[in-house]
Amino acid sequence: MKIPFLRDGPQRPSRVINASILRSSFDRRAVVIGAVQGGIGVLLALRLGYLAVTQNEKYRLESESNRVNLTLIPPRRGWILDRDGAPLASNRADFRVDLIPERLRNPDATIDQLGELLSLAPSRIADIKDKVATSRGFAPVEVASGLNYEQFASLSVRLPDLPGVVPQRGFSRFYPTASSVGHLIGYVGPASAEEYEKDPNPILITPGYKIGKDGLEKQFEKELRGVPGARRVEVTASGRIVRDLETREDIQGAPVRLTIDGPLQDYAARRIGLESGSVVVMDCRSGDLMCMASMPSFDPNSFSDGIGGVEYAMLREDDRVPLRNKVLKGLYPPGSTVKPMVSMALMQAGVDPGETVFCGGGLRVGNRVFGCWNRRGHGAVDMAKGIYQSCDVYFYAMAQRVGMDPIAAMARRCGMGQEFPLPVTSQFYGTVPDPAWKMAKWGREWQTFDTVNATIGQGYMLSSPLQLAVMASRLATGRHVMPRLTLNTKPQGFDKIDFPTDQVEYVRQAMSDVVNGPGTAGRARLPVDGIQMAGKTGTAQVVSLSISNGKTGPWKYRDHGLFIFFAPYDNPRYAGAVVIEHGGGSGAAYPIARDVMTFMFNPAKGLEALGALEKQWGGTAQQRLDARYSAYAAARGATVSRAPRREEEIFDRVEAEARAAATQTESIATEAIAPRPEANPSAPPRAAPPAVPAETAPTPSPVAAPPPTPETSQ
Amino acid sequence: MSAIGPLGIVPEPIARQPWEMLIPLVLLTSFGGLVLYSAGGGAMHPFAASHFIRFLVFAVMTGVIAAMPRDAVRLLTYPAYVGVLLLLLGVEVVGAVKGGSQRWLEFGPIRIQPSELMKPAVVLAMARFYETLPLGLVGTWRSLVPSGMLIALPIGLVLLQPDLGTSVAIAFGGVVVMFLAGLPLWWFLLAGGTAVAATPLVYFFALHDYQRARVTTFLDPESDPLGAGYHIAQSKIAIGSGGIFGKGFNNGTQSHLNYLPEPHTDFVFATMAEEWGLVGGIFVLAMYTLILRWGWKVSSQSQDRFCALLAAGATATIFFYIAINLLMVMGMAPAKGIPLPWMSHGGSSMMTNMICIGLLMMVNRWNSKAPRRGFSS
Repeated sequence: MKIPFLRDGPQRPSRVINASILRSSFDRRAVVIGAVQGGIGVLLALRLGYLAVTQNEKYRLESESNRVNLTLIPPRRGWILDRDGAPLASNRADFRVDLIPERLRNPDATIDQLGELLSLAPSRIADIKDKVATSRGFAPVEVASGLNYEQFASLSVRLPDLPGVVPQRGFSRFYPTASSVGHLIGYVGPASAEEYEKDPNPILITPGYKIGKDGLEKQFEKELRGVPGARRVEVTASGRIVRDLETREDIQGAPVRLTIDGPLQDYAARRIGLESGSVVVMDCRSGDLMCMASMPSFDPNSFSDGIGGVEYAMLREDDRVPLRNKVLKGLYPPGSTVKPMVSMALMQAGVDPGETVFCGGGLRVGNRVFGCWNRRGHGAVDMAKGIYQSCDVYFYAMAQRVGMDPIAAMARRCGMGQEFPLPVTSQFYGTVPDPAWKMAKWGREWQTFDTVNATIGQGYMLSSPLQLAVMASRLATGRHVMPRLTLNTKPQGFDKIDFPTDQVEYVRQAMSDVVNGPGTAGRARLPVDGIQMAGKTGTAQVVSLSISNGKTGPWKYRDHGLFIFFAPYDNPRYAGAVVIEHGGGSGAAYPIARDVMTFMFNPAKGLEALGALEKQWGGTAQQRLDARYSAYAAARGATVSRAPRREEEIFDRVEAEARAAATQTESIATEAIAPRPEANPSAPPRAAPPAVPAETAPTPSPVAAPPPTPETSQ
Repeated sequence: MSAIGPLGIVPEPIARQPWEMLIPLVLLTSFGGLVLYSAGGGAMHPFAASHFIRFLVFAVMTGVIAAMPRDAVRLLTYPAYVGVLLLLLGVEVVGAVKGGSQRWLEFGPIRIQPSELMKPAVVLAMARFYETLPLGLVGTWRSLVPSGMLIALPIGLVLLQPDLGTSVAIAFGGVVVMFLAGLPLWWFLLAGGTAVAATPLVYFFALHDYQRARVTTFLDPESDPLGAGYHIAQSKIAIGSGGIFGKGFNNGTQSHLNYLPEPHTDFVFATMAEEWGLVGGIFVLAMYTLILRWGWKVSSQSQDRFCALLAAGATATIFFYIAINLLMVMGMAPAKGIPLPWMSHGGSSMMTNMICIGLLMMVNRWNSKAPRRGFSS
């Protein structure tokens, strides 16, 4: 190599560049370039070998995962059947569209385009945008289901321009009787991000896959879920399916057979009508829960894609709390419906049912007078009359004699304050007060007025409609009937006899007289030949008399109406309870019980009665709900705030409100026991008349206490 | 050939042909056609048929070039260079008039990409320049500046298009000729050092965004797995998943399911390697080696400076295509729009490479006619 810097010097060697020097330079340099080229060739060959041989396995896998797309097929959910095998929850084949938020390129534009294609309502579009904005990217968001074929096809054609949009054929949950079973069955929905993180099963984030969110759907999730199928397809880079490689069918979830009687459940739910309340019917011979209706309710069909903002706002603003399952989470002072139970306690304590107490409209204990609901008095009252005329004084007097403890024990034995082994997400167990309880809870001595309150089902005493129904069936049969909800559980409690036959028959007769004799619920008589219903009315005061008379005025101050019943009275087959919140008295409750039992024994007659009523009310419960929804959406659609993102927030809120509502009776004056004036002056103490017009039976007088707080459990 | 020749079975004009290059070339092109058949979804159309037709058409052109007499070539070299330069200028003018950059000119149904023609033209002009340069001036500025202008002018025009890949290819051919012409070694070392030093400046100030993205992606393929890095990643998957014997003809999933971008042009080697595996890849490399080795042989057997430099420059130009393309598809160079000679579908590169082959055959014919003379003209 020449050293260029030396060439400038004077003694620079005069190199003559001639042809042969250049030629040899060319040859040398050509060898260098050829060597470099050869080197690159060897490098390429080595690299090729490295990729194709050493890394072959890795790249083969990557090429397979490119090529093969595994799609999970959501399993068809198991059906929920009623006792006769008719579906309460089934599946419907339909076309649906979901979004995978993390795959969307321009979420808002895509959703707007979808809204236009599928003609979605603006509120629905807002809901979807909101959900996409707040969801984790991997969790699919449902856009619409139940599409017709044209919509589905028009969407499928545009698919290449809509990444992240997943249209598919699938099955969606369908509840034929809609809102009638809302609280009982619950509803399904896509798994939340939290649920997926807890159980990172890819099926949970497969579009179209729903899990049980509430009620029985949630409780029987494991049975209903089934086994997902899988479809392996070969796809191009743009996601077009080239061919199916392999398909494994899904295995449908197992059906769950309930003891519920579907038509009866629907009938009862509809019969509640415009009121807010619940109906429970049990089979006395097995403990089967045949009906657990709670109204007003929601439409579980419309909840399956999540609860929409407008719908949620409408349900929330309703003071009849459509989101609360009142059968399990409504707690009410049972009022006079406890009197048959108290009678049992008295007989167990040795009181002769024939012994009479004179009722002059009130009972003096010490220097205090506790009033009967009938200020004019019932005259001489024995136990039967005490029940069918609902005489408060008789029970005040007898309870003073035996004390509170036997009565509280009997209340518990009859199911009050108890929790039942049922597959429900949560049940409140209410309160059965006694001296020990009061001391523990409030640190105060048990007072005379506490016993007085408790014997007429007021004060601290709280129970749920389910407990009242259980109480009715235990009184009717004399056995420790346990309720059951699924046909595959064993009937329980029939080997345990609670009451001797003669006492049972005595109470049966007295309760029959409430309806069929000279009692407080003559209008509850069944219009069915040969079958007589027995029952007991109850009216529970919720606020003090200084606020409301319990029958008129603001809805939330009106008395609760209660009724427990069984039929036929001499050989009980069915028992149950009806509780109407703020119905203004038992007159709101027993006509419903009468119609439900009529339907039981003579469906045509029952439906006839309901048809006439529904004409006045403006359609069935579901029709009214739909109409209300559209009216609400039209009026308020634009202004609602969004629904909570997590279902759990809704559940927690509903439950907290249910607990708070159960403390409503604390507003009744604490110490000043102002005996309530006659709220039902037209009900004189007659012994003979067959139909007593008394619609509101007992309006108990001395209701006073420090604020009682219901005891609840889940 | 020597074994066949004396037997007299094969006529002399045929036996005289450079079969050691022609056979690999035909094998390679046929194999390329086969790969394009597969890339076309298992059909002659749209790629394979036109590939063969082009090859035949350009083979005729190659024959014409190969038959050119030495004096005519010497005479036509500079006019040809100037002509191509004017075409390049024409591209700029048309582009400016039409408003928008383009790389080709249209003459009726024929679309010519002058930058492709410029590659052999530069080599020719450089070889001619150093042939006429007095030997004593090698190593002075007069050996550098005029030839530097010969390279710089077309590169400038091509860069305006903008087409970085072709500019580099032109520069490569020209610089190889300069190097072989005997210019002082330290010039090249200095230029190389300067280039390395200037790289960051070029990267940040001269490259377009898409070019910068290619470089970034090359250095860090994971930075953008679905964007620019996707091409190289998919190419590596295709090559790697082929294994030793490949997935079989027409069974490549990467190419057939569109995971591989441009399976018929830039990434034709990946398409091939997926279906034919390591064996196919080694075959292709071997064919290129044979062709290039023949090119160097022609160069070293040349009787004069012009022929030697011309043959070496033409070989280097072909090599540049092969090397950059293969380095790219195997993930060792940034993704560039440089096709693989005789395998990729596309007329321009086929034309350039066939012109280079034609020039080599022409030199080869001259070599065989006359005994080796001195290295000066």
